[in-house]
Amino acid sequence: MNPHPQNDLSPHGIVLTTIEDLYNWGRKNSLWPLQFGLACCAIEMIAASMARFDMARFGAEVFRPSPRQADLMIVSGTVTKKMAPQVVRLFNQMPEPKYVIAMGACAICGGPFRDGYNVLQGIDLYIPVDVYIPGCPPRPEALLEGLIHLQEKIARQRLAAPGCPTRLPESASGEFPVPQFGAHDLVGPRLRQPRTPDANS
Amino acid sequence: MPTPEQIKERIAAAFPGAPVELVPNGSPAGQPSLLLEPGRARDIARFLRDDPELRFDYASNVTGVDWPERLEKPKPGEPAARKTPAFLEAVYHLYSMALGHGPLVIRLRTGDRAAHVTLPSLTPVWRSCEFQEREIFDLFGIIFDGHPDLRRLLMWDNFAGHPMRKDYAPARDPEAEP
Repeated sequence: MNPHPQNDLSPHGIVLTTIEDLYNWGRKNSLWPLQFGLACCAIEMIAASMARFDMARFGAEVFRPSPRQADLMIVSGTVTKKMAPQVVRLFNQMPEPKYVIAMGACAICGGPFRDGYNVLQGIDLYIPVDVYIPGCPPRPEALLEGLIHLQEKIARQRLAAPGCPTRLPESASGEFPVPQFGAHDLVGPRLRQPRTPDANS
Repeated sequence: MPTPEQIKERIAAAFPGAPVELVPNGSPAGQPSLLLEPGRARDIARFLRDDPELRFDYASNVTGVDWPERLEKPKPGEPAARKTPAFLEAVYHLYSMALGHGPLVIRLRTGDRAAHVTLPSLTPVWRSCEFQEREIFDLFGIIFDGHPDLRRLLMWDNFAGHPMRKDYAPARDPEAEP
Protein backbone atom coordinates (compact mmCIF):
# COMPACT_ATOMS: atom_id res chain seq x y z
CA MET A 1 0.00 0.00 0.00
CA ASN A 2 1.17 3.50 -0.69
CA PRO A 3 2.60 4.87 2.56
CA HIS A 4 1.68 8.43 1.62
CA PRO A 5 -1.77 8.33 0.04
CA GLN A 6 -2.21 12.03 0.64
CA ASN A 7 0.47 12.76 -1.96
CA ASP A 8 -1.47 10.86 -4.59
CA LEU A 9 -4.89 12.18 -3.58
CA SER A 10 -4.24 15.89 -3.14
CA PRO A 11 -3.96 16.65 -6.87
CA HIS A 12 -7.51 15.38 -7.12
CA GLY A 13 -8.77 17.73 -4.42
CA ILE A 14 -9.04 15.07 -1.73
CA VAL A 15 -7.73 15.65 1.78
CA LEU A 16 -6.95 12.69 3.97
CA THR A 17 -6.58 13.39 7.69
CA THR A 18 -7.52 12.18 11.14
CA ILE A 19 -10.13 13.54 13.50
CA GLU A 20 -7.34 14.33 15.91
CA ASP A 21 -5.41 16.43 13.41
CA LEU A 22 -8.55 18.22 12.31
CA TYR A 23 -9.54 18.94 15.89
CA ASN A 24 -6.11 20.24 16.87
CA TRP A 25 -5.91 22.28 13.67
CA GLY A 26 -9.05 24.05 14.74
CA ARG A 27 -7.94 24.51 18.33
CA LYS A 28 -4.48 25.82 17.61
CA ASN A 29 -5.74 28.39 15.13
CA SER A 30 -8.41 29.85 17.37
CA LEU A 31 -6.64 30.53 20.65
CA TRP A 32 -8.54 33.19 22.55
CA PRO A 33 -6.30 35.02 25.00
CA LEU A 34 -7.58 36.47 28.24
CA GLN A 35 -7.56 40.23 27.98
CA PHE A 36 -5.40 41.60 30.73
CA GLY A 37 -1.95 43.12 31.02
CA LEU A 38 0.26 43.63 34.03
CA ALA A 39 3.12 45.93 33.00
CA CYS A 40 5.19 47.16 30.05
CA CYS A 41 5.10 43.72 28.36
CA ALA A 42 1.38 44.34 27.90
CA ILE A 43 2.25 47.25 25.61
CA GLU A 44 4.19 44.85 23.38
CA MET A 45 1.30 42.39 23.56
CA ILE A 46 -1.07 45.14 22.42
CA ALA A 47 1.33 46.04 19.61
CA ALA A 48 1.41 42.38 18.56
CA SER A 49 -2.37 42.34 18.30
CA MET A 50 -2.56 45.54 16.25
CA ALA A 51 -2.31 45.94 12.48
CA ARG A 52 1.46 46.11 12.14
CA PHE A 53 2.18 42.69 13.65
CA ASP A 54 -1.38 41.39 13.46
CA MET A 55 -1.81 38.41 15.73
CA ALA A 56 -5.03 37.73 13.84
CA ARG A 57 -2.87 35.98 11.23
CA PHE A 58 -2.51 33.21 13.80
CA GLY A 59 -6.10 33.26 14.95
CA ALA A 60 -5.29 34.64 18.40
CA GLU A 61 -6.74 38.12 18.09
CA VAL A 62 -9.99 37.58 19.98
CA PHE A 63 -8.97 38.89 23.39
CA ARG A 64 -11.73 37.88 25.78
CA PRO A 65 -12.65 40.00 28.78
CA SER A 66 -14.01 36.95 30.61
CA PRO A 67 -11.90 33.99 31.74
CA ARG A 68 -14.82 31.66 30.94
CA GLN A 69 -14.31 32.34 27.24
CA ALA A 70 -10.51 32.25 27.14
CA ASP A 71 -8.09 29.41 26.29
CA LEU A 72 -4.83 31.26 26.73
CA MET A 73 -3.46 33.35 29.56
CA ILE A 74 -0.62 35.66 28.50
CA VAL A 75 1.03 36.76 31.74
CA SER A 76 2.52 39.95 30.37
CA GLY A 77 4.55 41.78 32.97
CA THR A 78 5.61 41.95 36.58
CA VAL A 79 3.36 39.97 38.88
CA THR A 80 3.23 41.66 42.25
CA LYS A 81 2.54 39.58 45.31
CA LYS A 82 -0.65 41.53 45.80
CA MET A 83 -1.78 40.68 42.25
CA ALA A 84 -0.75 37.01 42.24
CA PRO A 85 -3.90 35.60 43.94
CA GLN A 86 -6.10 37.31 41.35
CA VAL A 87 -4.02 35.90 38.48
CA VAL A 88 -4.27 32.38 39.91
CA ARG A 89 -7.99 32.80 40.49
CA LEU A 90 -8.53 33.94 36.89
CA PHE A 91 -6.56 30.93 35.67
CA ASN A 92 -8.75 28.65 37.78
CA GLN A 93 -11.83 30.17 36.19
CA MET A 94 -10.69 29.38 32.64
CA PRO A 95 -12.13 26.19 31.14
CA GLU A 96 -9.89 23.30 30.10
CA PRO A 97 -7.97 22.94 27.88
CA LYS A 98 -6.06 26.08 28.79
CA TYR A 99 -2.56 27.33 28.24
CA VAL A 100 -0.22 29.86 29.82
CA ILE A 101 2.46 32.00 28.20
CA ALA A 102 4.88 33.70 30.61
CA MET A 103 5.88 36.80 28.69
CA GLY A 104 9.03 38.63 29.70
CA ALA A 105 11.67 38.26 32.38
CA CYS A 106 9.35 39.39 35.18
CA ALA A 107 6.66 36.79 34.54
CA ILE A 108 9.37 34.12 34.26
CA CYS A 109 11.39 34.86 37.40
CA GLY A 110 10.74 38.40 38.65
CA GLY A 111 13.21 39.92 36.20
CA PRO A 112 15.10 43.03 37.29
CA PHE A 113 12.69 43.46 40.21
CA ARG A 114 13.02 39.94 41.62
CA ASP A 115 14.46 41.10 44.95
CA GLY A 116 11.68 43.62 45.48
CA TYR A 117 9.50 43.31 48.54
CA ASN A 118 6.33 42.98 46.48
CA VAL A 119 7.47 41.04 43.38
CA LEU A 120 6.60 37.42 42.71
CA GLN A 121 9.59 35.41 41.51
CA GLY A 122 7.86 33.86 38.55
CA ILE A 123 4.22 33.06 37.88
CA ASP A 124 5.18 29.38 37.51
CA LEU A 125 5.36 29.26 41.31
CA TYR A 126 1.58 28.97 41.24
CA ILE A 127 0.35 28.02 37.76
CA PRO A 128 1.91 25.76 35.10
CA VAL A 129 3.50 27.63 32.20
CA ASP A 130 3.57 26.19 28.67
CA VAL A 131 5.79 28.69 26.87
CA TYR A 132 8.37 31.05 28.36
CA ILE A 133 9.25 34.12 26.27
CA PRO A 134 12.41 35.83 27.52
CA GLY A 135 13.04 39.51 26.92
CA CYS A 136 12.60 42.79 28.71
CA PRO A 137 10.17 43.31 27.18
CA PRO A 138 10.05 40.79 24.31
CA ARG A 139 9.37 42.30 20.93
CA PRO A 140 6.03 41.50 19.26
CA GLU A 141 7.85 39.06 16.94
CA ALA A 142 8.99 37.16 20.03
CA LEU A 143 5.42 36.88 21.26
CA LEU A 144 4.36 35.58 17.85
CA GLU A 145 7.24 33.09 17.96
CA GLY A 146 6.05 31.93 21.37
CA LEU A 147 2.51 31.66 20.05
CA ILE A 148 3.73 29.49 17.14
CA HIS A 149 5.58 27.26 19.61
CA LEU A 150 2.37 26.92 21.59
CA GLN A 151 0.48 26.02 18.40
CA GLU A 152 3.05 23.31 17.66
CA LYS A 153 2.62 22.02 21.20
CA ILE A 154 -1.16 21.91 20.77
CA ALA A 155 -0.80 20.12 17.43
CA ARG A 156 1.19 17.37 19.17
CA GLN A 157 -1.40 16.80 21.87
CA ARG A 158 -3.56 13.69 21.70
CA LEU A 159 -7.27 13.59 22.25
CA ALA A 160 -7.40 10.46 24.37
CA ALA A 161 -4.02 9.25 25.46
CA PRO A 162 -1.27 10.20 27.86
CA GLY A 163 -0.48 13.81 27.15
CA CYS A 164 -4.03 14.67 26.13
CA PRO A 165 -5.09 18.32 26.54
CA THR A 166 -6.71 17.91 29.93
CA ARG A 167 -3.93 18.38 32.44
CA LEU A 168 -5.50 16.64 35.41
CA PRO A 169 -7.30 13.40 36.16
CA GLU A 170 -11.06 13.71 36.33
CA SER A 171 -11.03 13.13 40.06
CA ALA A 172 -9.01 16.29 40.62
CA SER A 173 -10.78 19.58 41.13
CA GLY A 174 -8.73 21.21 38.40
CA GLU A 175 -8.01 24.19 40.59
CA PHE A 176 -4.60 25.43 41.56
CA PRO A 177 -4.30 26.67 45.14
CA VAL A 178 -4.70 30.42 45.42
CA PRO A 179 -1.89 31.93 47.52
CA GLN A 180 -2.87 33.75 50.69
CA PHE A 181 -1.46 36.96 52.13
CA GLY A 182 0.93 36.36 55.02
CA ALA A 183 2.70 38.84 57.27
CA HIS A 184 5.58 39.39 54.85
CA ASP A 185 5.06 37.09 51.89
CA LEU A 186 2.51 34.93 50.16
CA VAL A 187 1.75 31.72 51.98
CA GLY A 188 0.28 28.49 50.68
CA PRO A 189 1.37 25.54 48.56
CA ARG A 190 3.49 26.14 45.48
CA LEU A 191 4.27 24.24 42.32
CA ARG A 192 8.01 24.65 42.73
CA GLN A 193 10.53 26.17 45.08
CA PRO A 194 11.76 29.67 44.38
CA ARG A 195 15.16 29.73 42.77
CA THR A 196 17.93 31.64 44.48
CA PRO A 197 21.06 33.09 42.88
CA ASP A 198 23.19 30.92 45.15
CA ALA A 199 21.51 27.75 44.03
CA ASN A 200 22.04 28.56 40.36
CA SER A 201 25.72 29.41 40.57
CA MET B 1 6.78 83.94 43.21
CA PRO B 2 8.00 85.16 46.59
CA THR B 3 11.21 83.51 47.68
CA PRO B 4 11.04 80.90 50.43
CA GLU B 5 12.60 83.48 52.75
CA GLN B 6 9.77 85.91 52.01
CA ILE B 7 7.17 83.18 52.46
CA LYS B 8 8.75 82.35 55.79
CA GLU B 9 8.45 85.96 56.87
CA ARG B 10 4.84 86.02 55.74
CA ILE B 11 4.05 82.93 57.77
CA ALA B 12 5.84 84.39 60.79
CA ALA B 13 3.73 87.54 60.50
CA ALA B 14 0.48 85.60 60.31
CA PHE B 15 1.36 83.04 62.98
CA PRO B 16 3.34 84.73 65.73
CA GLY B 17 5.51 82.26 67.55
CA ALA B 18 5.07 79.47 65.05
CA PRO B 19 8.55 78.15 64.34
CA VAL B 20 9.16 77.83 60.61
CA GLU B 21 12.66 76.79 59.71
CA LEU B 22 14.34 77.31 56.36
CA VAL B 23 16.07 74.08 55.29
CA PRO B 24 18.93 74.94 52.94
CA ASN B 25 19.67 72.77 49.93
CA GLY B 26 23.29 72.36 48.99
CA SER B 27 22.67 70.53 45.75
CA PRO B 28 22.87 72.22 42.33
CA ALA B 29 19.10 72.75 42.45
CA GLY B 30 19.69 75.06 45.41
CA GLN B 31 16.02 75.03 46.30
CA PRO B 32 15.43 75.63 50.00
CA SER B 33 12.36 74.25 51.70
CA LEU B 34 10.29 75.19 54.73
CA LEU B 35 10.18 72.95 57.78
CA LEU B 36 6.87 73.36 59.59
CA GLU B 37 6.06 72.49 63.14
CA PRO B 38 3.58 69.59 63.02
CA GLY B 39 1.33 71.11 65.67
CA ARG B 40 0.30 74.09 63.52
CA ALA B 41 1.10 72.65 60.10
CA ARG B 42 -2.49 72.37 58.96
CA ASP B 43 -3.28 75.99 59.83
CA ILE B 44 -0.13 77.14 58.06
CA ALA B 45 -0.99 74.95 55.06
CA ARG B 46 -4.43 76.49 54.88
CA PHE B 47 -2.79 79.92 55.04
CA LEU B 48 -0.48 78.99 52.15
CA ARG B 49 -3.50 77.92 50.13
CA ASP B 50 -5.72 80.92 50.89
CA ASP B 51 -3.30 83.84 51.18
CA PRO B 52 -4.00 86.12 48.18
CA GLU B 53 -0.31 86.56 47.33
CA LEU B 54 0.61 82.88 47.65
CA ARG B 55 -2.47 80.83 46.70
CA PHE B 56 -0.74 77.45 46.63
CA ASP B 57 -3.88 75.64 45.51
CA TYR B 58 -2.27 72.47 44.18
CA ALA B 59 -0.18 69.85 45.99
CA SER B 60 1.41 68.01 43.10
CA ASN B 61 3.50 65.52 45.00
CA VAL B 62 3.80 64.12 48.51
CA THR B 63 6.57 61.77 49.44
CA GLY B 64 8.33 60.38 52.46
CA VAL B 65 11.95 60.23 53.57
CA ASP B 66 13.46 57.97 56.19
CA TRP B 67 16.34 59.61 58.01
CA PRO B 68 18.29 57.23 60.19
CA GLU B 69 20.46 58.47 63.01
CA ARG B 70 23.49 60.17 61.52
CA LEU B 71 26.54 62.30 62.31
CA GLU B 72 26.63 65.79 60.86
CA LYS B 73 29.78 67.69 60.05
CA PRO B 74 30.59 70.13 62.87
CA LYS B 75 29.70 73.71 62.12
CA PRO B 76 32.39 76.36 62.65
CA GLY B 77 32.86 76.85 66.35
CA GLU B 78 31.55 73.44 67.34
CA PRO B 79 34.05 71.03 68.79
CA ALA B 80 32.68 67.71 67.53
CA ALA B 81 30.24 66.26 65.07
CA ARG B 82 26.64 66.48 66.13
CA LYS B 83 24.53 63.40 66.24
CA THR B 84 21.15 63.93 64.57
CA PRO B 85 18.40 61.72 65.89
CA ALA B 86 16.45 59.53 63.54
CA PHE B 87 13.11 60.70 62.22
CA LEU B 88 10.68 60.31 59.34
CA GLU B 89 9.79 63.15 57.04
CA ALA B 90 6.86 63.96 54.78
CA VAL B 91 7.63 66.32 51.89
CA TYR B 92 4.97 68.27 50.01
CA HIS B 93 5.47 70.04 46.67
CA LEU B 94 3.05 72.93 46.23
CA TYR B 95 2.17 74.89 43.12
CA SER B 96 -0.22 77.72 42.43
CA MET B 97 -2.46 77.14 39.45
CA ALA B 98 -4.13 80.52 39.96
CA LEU B 99 -0.94 82.59 40.01
CA GLY B 100 1.23 80.23 37.96
CA HIS B 101 4.11 79.87 40.37
CA GLY B 102 5.81 77.13 42.30
CA PRO B 103 7.07 74.82 43.50
CA LEU B 104 7.28 75.46 47.19
CA VAL B 105 8.61 72.51 49.19
CA ILE B 106 7.38 72.08 52.75
CA ARG B 107 8.48 69.39 55.17
CA LEU B 108 7.03 67.84 58.31
CA ARG B 109 9.14 65.73 60.64
CA THR B 110 8.14 63.12 63.18
CA GLY B 111 9.62 62.89 66.64
CA ASP B 112 11.37 59.59 66.01
CA ARG B 113 10.97 56.42 63.93
CA ALA B 114 9.12 54.24 66.42
CA ALA B 115 6.73 55.73 68.96
CA HIS B 116 6.13 59.28 67.75
CA VAL B 117 5.30 58.90 64.09
CA THR B 118 2.08 60.91 63.93
CA LEU B 119 1.83 63.96 61.69
CA PRO B 120 -1.21 66.06 60.83
CA SER B 121 -2.78 65.08 57.54
CA LEU B 122 -2.94 67.83 54.95
CA THR B 123 -5.66 66.03 52.97
CA PRO B 124 -8.31 68.38 54.42
CA VAL B 125 -6.36 71.24 52.82
CA TRP B 126 -5.35 69.62 49.52
CA ARG B 127 -7.55 66.69 48.49
CA SER B 128 -4.83 65.42 46.13
CA CYS B 129 -2.77 64.34 49.15
CA GLU B 130 -5.16 61.54 50.01
CA PHE B 131 -3.64 58.62 48.10
CA GLN B 132 -0.07 59.83 48.51
CA GLU B 133 -0.42 60.09 52.28
CA ARG B 134 -1.86 56.59 52.26
CA GLU B 135 1.18 55.45 50.31
CA ILE B 136 3.53 57.09 52.85
CA PHE B 137 1.57 55.45 55.68
CA ASP B 138 1.96 52.13 53.87
CA LEU B 139 5.63 52.30 52.95
CA PHE B 140 7.13 54.51 55.67
CA GLY B 141 4.73 54.09 58.59
CA ILE B 142 3.87 57.74 59.22
CA ILE B 143 0.40 58.00 60.77
CA PHE B 144 -1.52 60.97 59.36
CA ASP B 145 -3.89 62.34 61.94
CA GLY B 146 -7.12 63.57 60.39
CA HIS B 147 -6.80 61.57 57.16
CA PRO B 148 -10.28 60.49 55.98
CA ASP B 149 -9.34 56.93 54.96
CA LEU B 150 -5.94 55.87 56.25
CA ARG B 151 -5.42 52.34 54.93
CA ARG B 152 -2.52 50.63 53.21
CA LEU B 153 -2.40 51.44 49.52
CA LEU B 154 0.13 49.16 47.81
CA MET B 155 0.68 46.29 50.25
CA TRP B 156 -2.07 44.07 51.58
CA ASP B 157 -3.87 44.92 54.80
CA ASN B 158 -2.25 42.37 57.12
CA PHE B 159 1.28 43.06 55.84
CA ALA B 160 3.77 43.67 58.64
CA GLY B 161 6.40 46.39 58.41
CA HIS B 162 7.08 49.32 56.13
CA PRO B 163 9.16 48.35 53.09
CA MET B 164 10.66 51.73 52.20
CA ARG B 165 12.30 52.22 55.56
CA LYS B 166 16.04 51.92 55.31
CA ASP B 167 16.23 49.14 57.90
CA TYR B 168 13.53 47.02 56.30
CA ALA B 169 14.82 43.58 55.38
CA PRO B 170 12.42 41.42 53.39
CA ALA B 171 11.65 38.23 55.22
CA ARG B 172 13.77 35.49 53.72
CA ASP B 173 11.71 32.75 52.21
CA PRO B 174 12.01 29.74 54.52
CA GLU B 175 11.38 27.38 51.60
CA ALA B 176 14.03 28.92 49.35
CA GLU B 177 17.13 26.89 48.71
CA PRO B 178 20.08 28.11 50.77
